[in-house]
Amino acid sequence: MSADLDVVPGITTRREEAMSTLQKLVSAPLGWARKYSLYQYPFVTACCGIEYMSLACARYDVARFGAEIPRFSPRQADLLLVVGTVNCKQAPVLKRVFEQMAEPKWVIAFGVCASSGGFYDNYATVQGIDRVIPVDVYIPGCPPRPEQVLDGLMLLQKKIQGQKHTLIDRQALPAGTGRGP
Amino acid sequence: MSKAVIDALVARFPDAVHDPYVGVGGDDCAFVRKERIADVCRFLKEDPALDFNQAPYVTAVDYLGVEPRFEVVYNLTSTSKNHRIRLRVKVPEDDCQIPSVWGVWRGVDWFERYCWDMYGIRFPGHPDHRRLFMYDEFQGHPLRKDYPLRGRQPLVPERPVEEIYRGPGPGGRD
Repeated sequence: MSADLDVVPGITTRREEAMSTLQKLVSAPLGWARKYSLYQYPFVTACCGIEYMSLACARYDVARFGAEIPRFSPRQADLLLVVGTVNCKQAPVLKRVFEQMAEPKWVIAFGVCASSGGFYDNYATVQGIDRVIPVDVYIPGCPPRPEQVLDGLMLLQKKIQGQKHTLIDRQALPAGTGRGP
Repeated sequence: MSKAVIDALVARFPDAVHDPYVGVGGDDCAFVRKERIADVCRFLKEDPALDFNQAPYVTAVDYLGVEPRFEVVYNLTSTSKNHRIRLRVKVPEDDCQIPSVWGVWRGVDWFERYCWDMYGIRFPGHPDHRRLFMYDEFQGHPLRKDYPLRGRQPLVPERPVEEIYRGPGPGGRD
């Protein structure tokens, strides 16, 4: 199974994520810890929610991947699962929820409506949530089979393992964020 | 069965109701003049032989190119007498309003808001005359035939997505 994932394109190492051996020594266990304990925020809007529910239940157990706990607060979650159609009316809400999440955070676009607007190419639907927030993994399907979603989750786990993780994240805040009360 | 309903209606309002016909699926339909719709609806509800106590669907149609342009369609049912009727009311574009029948059936509240939101037909007498589906900053009425199909009005600025390959197809056109 992991041999299939090895030939997937798009998971390459960016220059800023290249690591020395010592950094890899730190990053590998941190990546292992982060990928096997994903706290998901299920941003469920539409029919894909049914498949999300069946994913979380006994048969297609997502708990065995460590991603069991849904946290319905963005402050406590690190994986934003956007499940279902996102309208132009809902897009500011989604953006706000994403901005409230703390780093490190990842986004999965669950279903074709979240990935590309689905078959709703009309006046109301955002054509893919990547027009609003950055997305890590896209899972197509209308709705996707739970096995397909688990495949996407494993793809995300592989991506997380390959990213650069440090013990202390010193990042400059984006320009414009004040330290107000 | 509903022929009696249509006959009673035409007998009561000979000037307001015209062109009764039998529509698709055996439904009885009639055209009603715009100004008298409230009286007609009140009669249909309160007459004990007719007793139309439900308005399960009220919608609007845009016939672009035909004068009058819009048509509001009232589907009425009676749960006690088990008959149905459909009323069609032509609404011209330059006088795009029709008296609200909210006073007759509370259930048309959201349908009339939907007709305002999607078609731009006003309902004087409606207590809460605002948009139903679209957000308040939205300009225009999207289900009109001259509104573009893909006329999105995003509330948040969209990110540039150069590095994601969209591929051919209708999605790439927008």
